[in-house]
Amino acid sequence: MARITMREAISKALWEEMERDPNVFIMGEEVGVWGGSYAVTRGFFDHFGGERVRDTPISEAAIVGAAIGAALTGLRPVAELMTINFAFVAMDHIVNEAAKLHYMFAGNFVIPMVIRTVSGGGRQLAATHSQTPDVIFAHFPGLKVVSPSNPADAKGLLKSAIRSNDPVLFIEHATLYQLRGEVPDGDYVVPIGKSSVARPGKDVTIVAYSKTVDTSLKAAEELAKDGIEAEVIDLRTLRPLDTDPIIESFKKTNRCVVVEEGWGTYGIGSEISSRIYEQAFDYVDAPIKRVHQADVPLPYNRDLEQLALPQVETVVAAVKEVL
Amino acid sequence: MEKQEYLNLYFQMVVIRHMEENAAELYQAGKIGGFLHLYIGEEAVSTGLVSARKPEDRVITAYRDHGVAINCGIPTKFIFAELLGKATGVSRGRGGSMHLADVSKNFWGGHAIVGAHLPIAAGLALGDQYQKHNAVTICMFGDGATNIGFFHEALNLSKVWNLPVLWVCENNQYGMGTAVDRASAVPEIQQKAAGYGMKSERVDGMNVMDVRKTGLRLLEEIRAGSGPQFLEAVTYRFRGHSMGDPERYRNPDEIHKWQVEDPVGIYRRFLIDNDIASETELDEQDNHSLKEIQEAIQFAEASPDPAPEELYQNVYFEG
Repeated sequence: MARITMREAISKALWEEMERDPNVFIMGEEVGVWGGSYAVTRGFFDHFGGERVRDTPISEAAIVGAAIGAALTGLRPVAELMTINFAFVAMDHIVNEAAKLHYMFAGNFVIPMVIRTVSGGGRQLAATHSQTPDVIFAHFPGLKVVSPSNPADAKGLLKSAIRSNDPVLFIEHATLYQLRGEVPDGDYVVPIGKSSVARPGKDVTIVAYSKTVDTSLKAAEELAKDGIEAEVIDLRTLRPLDTDPIIESFKKTNRCVVVEEGWGTYGIGSEISSRIYEQAFDYVDAPIKRVHQADVPLPYNRDLEQLALPQVETVVAAVKEVL
Repeated sequence: MEKQEYLNLYFQMVVIRHMEENAAELYQAGKIGGFLHLYIGEEAVSTGLVSARKPEDRVITAYRDHGVAINCGIPTKFIFAELLGKATGVSRGRGGSMHLADVSKNFWGGHAIVGAHLPIAAGLALGDQYQKHNAVTICMFGDGATNIGFFHEALNLSKVWNLPVLWVCENNQYGMGTAVDRASAVPEIQQKAAGYGMKSERVDGMNVMDVRKTGLRLLEEIRAGSGPQFLEAVTYRFRGHSMGDPERYRNPDEIHKWQVEDPVGIYRRFLIDNDIASETELDEQDNHSLKEIQEAIQFAEASPDPAPEELYQNVYFEG
């Protein structure tokens, strides 16, 4: 067990999987000589060489498309899209090809591919570079969508993603790379498609994932000062969605707040609320609240941007509304 | 080339022709749903090219894929079964006309988003390069696909990484109903390869022997390490873009002009003029082909539909 950052945990998972399996390789913009625009692959190029750590042109459709093709030949590409905002120019290959070929060709095409990308706002990059559109990708059957909130899960889930025979979109949060946490050494694997309890409690269920788990845990600490015990559920995987821990928690707390960094309209909060109403309607004691980004393209100005994003105070306020 | 090989090419071309004519009838009878894009007029391109490949060479194409599927060795009955959406179809009724594929035949589809399979083709070639397989990926696409970004991204990447791909543009003169010179800045499509420092050439896509010879030469060069190359096969689509095409964009004289130069007729004449096969022998091939098609249709019509529980199968490989 070592206390390391999210960046180090992701880097370790990649490194160990590349050491373990020669079919695993990395391709993307600035992953090689530069060392990764978030420094995740620093040192990889020198160790594994340019064949396995492949710098690509700025050409997202080609990156994802070629990763699909390479995966069809039995390789396990880890394609990196510098940010999820650039995934839109590769949208066809992500949703029309990666998510569909296995089904459309009746299981004969197998695509063991990972797309690593970076989501999230809060860094004053203005509207086109600050989005958290994770849920869009979770809409498509055939794709698995994973987004860890802490270093241990990041390592374990990325290893699972690389070993999966399905296409996995692995979404990291831009402001979590320095987050530290205990990470088991060696071959530590976390299964895809399992939510977890990030903090136990009995009074209210807070559902979150990625960055908003951190926000929600801080809110839970604030609430604890007032004697309110919040249970925080970390989705970890957006598709396939595991609602079991949520329903179990809700049956105990009868109250729920869903916290997501993306927009609320048609969002994760809407989905989770529906699932609770469908599966645990008799346990509902208060309307389920959604905390999310303001329904605007994110502005550059620091204060305005923070005003638009979910904060610890907004989560605390939402919890108090449902109690 | 042995006589049997010449006859085999002829047989494949007439099977494609007969298959497409029958598919059109089945479509009009309401037995085939969705879109149906016929390969009539373009038989020589795929037949010549695929005949030039080695078994390890991969083939990938767009949605006008019935002919390519035949050339890659998929039995006619499994193609018709797919057109009819049956459980015995090559894609078990999941894909339909535009999504035929058979990994065991190294035929990688059948892709319906214009140009989207070009980056995938680059990836197939990358897979072979990475694993040190001496194989070439043959990627076929229409003239219309050369105007979309995927084309340019894929050609660029293939050259930057020196991938073993033969890019083959089937220039059939129209992207749906828009003539090439109304849609492409350069009507001679092969010129686009120059922008990527890629060797290119043009071939008469109505002449199966020309296509085959060119294919053999280019595949050998690529196998020897030339990097990607570009081939433009000039051909003509005798039928509309799909079965729903009113064909207001071209006049019948134009179609007639090309039909005089029918690829099946050209090859038949070649075989007779060069004393490779007699009229009688070729007629036998025609009859044999018609019989095969009729049996294939019977097989397809007698086949069961996929069971309802298949709806949820193969969404994921795992669970």
